[in-house]
Amino acid sequence: MIVELGHYALVLALALSLVLTVIPAWGAHTRDAALMGVARPAAFAMLFFTAASFVALAAAYVGSDFSVLNVFQNSHSAKPLAYKISGVWSNHEGSMLLWVLILAIFAGLVAWRGAAMPRRLLSYVLSVQGAIAAAFFLFILLTSNPFARVMPAPFEGEGLNPLLQDPGLAIHPPLLYLGYVGFSVAFSFAVGALLEGRIDAVWARFVRPWTLLAWAFLTLGIAMGSYWAYYELGWGGWWFWDPVENASLMPWLAGTALVHSIVVMEKRDALKVWTILLSILAFSLSLIGTFLVRSGVLTSVHSFASDPARGVFILCILVFFIGGGLTLFAWRAPVLRQGGLFAPVSREGALVLNNLFLAAACAAVFIGTLYPLALEAVTGAKISVGPPFFEATFLPLIVPLLLLVPVGQTLAWKRGDLLGVLQRLSAAFGLAFVGTIIVFATTRGGPVAAPLGVGLGFWLILGSLSEITSRSHRRGASVLTVLRRAAGLPRAAWGSAIAHAGVGVTVIGIAATAWGVERIATLKPGEQIALGPYQVTLEGVVPRNGPDYREVAALMVVRDGDRVIGRVEPGKRTFIARTTATSEAGLLTVGLGQIYASVAEVGAADGSAGVRLYWKPWVLLIWLGSVAMAAGGVLSLSDRRARVAAPARRAVPAAVPAE
Amino acid sequence: MMVWIILALMTGAAVLAVLWPLGRDRPEDAAGETATDAAFYKAQLAEIERDAERGLIEPADAETARVEAGRRLLASNRRARAIVAADPGAGRRRLAAAVALIGVPLVSLSVYLTIGHPALPDMPLGARADRARPDMSMAQAVARIEDHLAKNPDDGRGFEVVGPVYLSAGRYADAERAFASAIRLLGESAARLENLGEAQVGLADGVVTAAARASFDKALGLDGRLVKARYFRAVAAEQDGDKARALQLFGELAAEAPTGTPLKARLDEKVAALGGAPVSAPRDETAETLASMPPADRMAAIRGMVEGLDARLSQNGEDPEGWLRLVRSYMVLGEAEKARNALARGRAALALDGAGLKRLEALGRELKIEGS
Repeated sequence: MIVELGHYALVLALALSLVLTVIPAWGAHTRDAALMGVARPAAFAMLFFTAASFVALAAAYVGSDFSVLNVFQNSHSAKPLAYKISGVWSNHEGSMLLWVLILAIFAGLVAWRGAAMPRRLLSYVLSVQGAIAAAFFLFILLTSNPFARVMPAPFEGEGLNPLLQDPGLAIHPPLLYLGYVGFSVAFSFAVGALLEGRIDAVWARFVRPWTLLAWAFLTLGIAMGSYWAYYELGWGGWWFWDPVENASLMPWLAGTALVHSIVVMEKRDALKVWTILLSILAFSLSLIGTFLVRSGVLTSVHSFASDPARGVFILCILVFFIGGGLTLFAWRAPVLRQGGLFAPVSREGALVLNNLFLAAACAAVFIGTLYPLALEAVTGAKISVGPPFFEATFLPLIVPLLLLVPVGQTLAWKRGDLLGVLQRLSAAFGLAFVGTIIVFATTRGGPVAAPLGVGLGFWLILGSLSEITSRSHRRGASVLTVLRRAAGLPRAAWGSAIAHAGVGVTVIGIAATAWGVERIATLKPGEQIALGPYQVTLEGVVPRNGPDYREVAALMVVRDGDRVIGRVEPGKRTFIARTTATSEAGLLTVGLGQIYASVAEVGAADGSAGVRLYWKPWVLLIWLGSVAMAAGGVLSLSDRRARVAAPARRAVPAAVPAE
Repeated sequence: MMVWIILALMTGAAVLAVLWPLGRDRPEDAAGETATDAAFYKAQLAEIERDAERGLIEPADAETARVEAGRRLLASNRRARAIVAADPGAGRRRLAAAVALIGVPLVSLSVYLTIGHPALPDMPLGARADRARPDMSMAQAVARIEDHLAKNPDDGRGFEVVGPVYLSAGRYADAERAFASAIRLLGESAARLENLGEAQVGLADGVVTAAARASFDKALGLDGRLVKARYFRAVAAEQDGDKARALQLFGELAAEAPTGTPLKARLDEKVAALGGAPVSAPRDETAETLASMPPADRMAAIRGMVEGLDARLSQNGEDPEGWLRLVRSYMVLGEAEKARNALARGRAALALDGAGLKRLEALGRELKIEGS
């Protein structure tokens, strides 16, 4: 009965989403308080029934109820409990239910925090949120129903795709979806503002936390997915410019631009129309990402769901919301009151530059990702756009942007003083320069770009620190005073510094990959091979058994000189239920670097193993930096102060703008 | 019954969530936009005060900021219009209430009753195992053995036990793996090889593949009396179009088989179909009629049946089984040209049926029909 109640709860959520779409918007249009009053309870009720439906499906998974087709196809009674639960969203139907649940959660959160919001804006926002939810409820119920039943019920499930039976994949989709769907709130706010014909600092004040939240989750989701691909796919790479990865990178770039332009709007009441457009674009790109992954138009490791009927349905949703959003924008944007103009050399000017670069980078990724698809659809020719394209287009746009980040952070609002800024940053620049020289002198091999990349990372980190120190330091102040003042700085200032320093950390990690060492070899037992500064010895190849797989593992010992520093045990696993094989990488973390081993071939008569070995110095910095970025975003979001830009009256270093 | 009560309660709750706010009087909203805007700019002003007190901004900057916040507040006041609070919207509200009261149950029930199965109970595995249902004991036993084998993949006896169960359940891929594992772990035996061969035939949809034939030959090398292996060897000969040898092999088996068993009947059918003399009375009527005919008439009758099948498939080609049978029949009748033609037509008819097409292709390759 629980399954059917869950099914019905999903249908009720659809009905409520339709009510939520129509009544509050009608109320806002006619300025009727009672109709607008429906918005919040209806959003709560929609969240309640969606959550009930999700719990019912999860209960079917936990209880191994194979009368539910979705459970039968994706679960197995012998699976560990954690993977039974993650099995709910590791398949197409369940992941769409998770998608819409997160959408309902965001609607509920907006409703909950919305008591202080202007009524009409809140009503429009929740109406748009309801419309998006309604489209996806229909999509789920009509083409991807997770509650379809099979009679008679089979006795055992078909099991989860072993490649997906992994803690990384249990967490990656929810994080990514929290990011994707989070941008729906920005979209709803933008459409709400367009419908209401009013946009101002109050609007920015209320949309900012949601955008930051979505951005932080998307950052974590992308980092998680990248780490998963790194250790599970066995190629040792961490970013492949795969269309599915690009699908999440595009909304991230647009979202990053949005996070910055909203600040300008909140503080300076400017960049309004552009911010609205970015809000629409960020969510549109999220929808495109969902479409790319879910419709099966791509064939890569990620596309485990394909069905043309679904693809067409998502395409219709896509066209409706993106087309509708942009049409509304074209029609209503001229109505919005433009904000004031501002000087090019100022914080807001720097942020405009930031937005230009990010938007251009996003466009480059967009073309590289969608052009091959469009070409194939039109002419049938299959071309592949790979890393060379992205390195040639994306890097030249991102590197100058990163170089300018510390300058933008240091510029004052309204009227900046470029010379003063450069003076204040001279210490940071000098230190970064010295650091680069040291790196250059102490490393051998690798391209010249690598030390320069590390230097760029130093520059970003030191530039962020310099912002904090210059704001807390006064000439002649004691250390204690400086620390107290630093602690007293707004959390948004700290958040921004940490996030930008995080970018620097990631850049260092990426640059350091140039010093990585790769060895491909066939090793006999006892044979030793040099890997960068370390020596790796194959001890032997042994068969092993896991809970639902068999494994052939190559046991290897890693030595630094004569000292044993650890072991790596990569293997090939055969999962019994699906008779599929996966390769499991062996990882040994040494400091912030990793030794990465994967097995290509085992089972030769002489006990030898064909292995790929990598030494990846500083590789963990890539993901640590991403975590720092997300943490900075959350810190900034927790700063709930109302903010207004206090302009620097005179251009003296002592006059510090309040964040 | 219970389920209907709960469904009704859920619907009621959903409707109430919409009706309740519509029925409430909300004077606090009358102030409208102005109130929230004012609150926002007041918070901004307070913030500036706090920052100024802590010395985070210079007094003069604080003053400029205060002026700016105040200016925005005034601007927002000018823009805002009061929200309609009371009566003018009574009709609208009644309409909205009607939508909630009728629309929500109408949409949800009509959608759910089309796609849902309200009468179907949950069937979590735990609850099902408790119910003693005889037809499930075998499946449970298999599940238990699978569990055991997952933990002890070196237990050859386990594979040997579970293999025949897979065979009879039609899980040929699992059966092939089980017997292959048993052979790997326990060594070759006539019975294991014979079963392995049968699984391989099942996997190829009844075609005796080269691998299967190798298994049967090995099994017969160990024990020449194996009935199943000999039967499949005969089938292989038949599929190769070697009618004489097939007839001889089937005939030998038919002569040995005890009368009155299904096996005997099946063998007699085979012999009859290949044009041999029946060793004893055949079982079913068609075969009986066929068998009673003189050889020339019999061949004509068989041809007639095959052509009937051909005609039927020409009209409705969505029948992979039929195409497989047709191609095989033409080969058995020695009409390679017609077989090739049937294969091509079948391929066209099954273009949309991936699985069927694959089986047909496999058969073509197996029977060595040109152009496949």
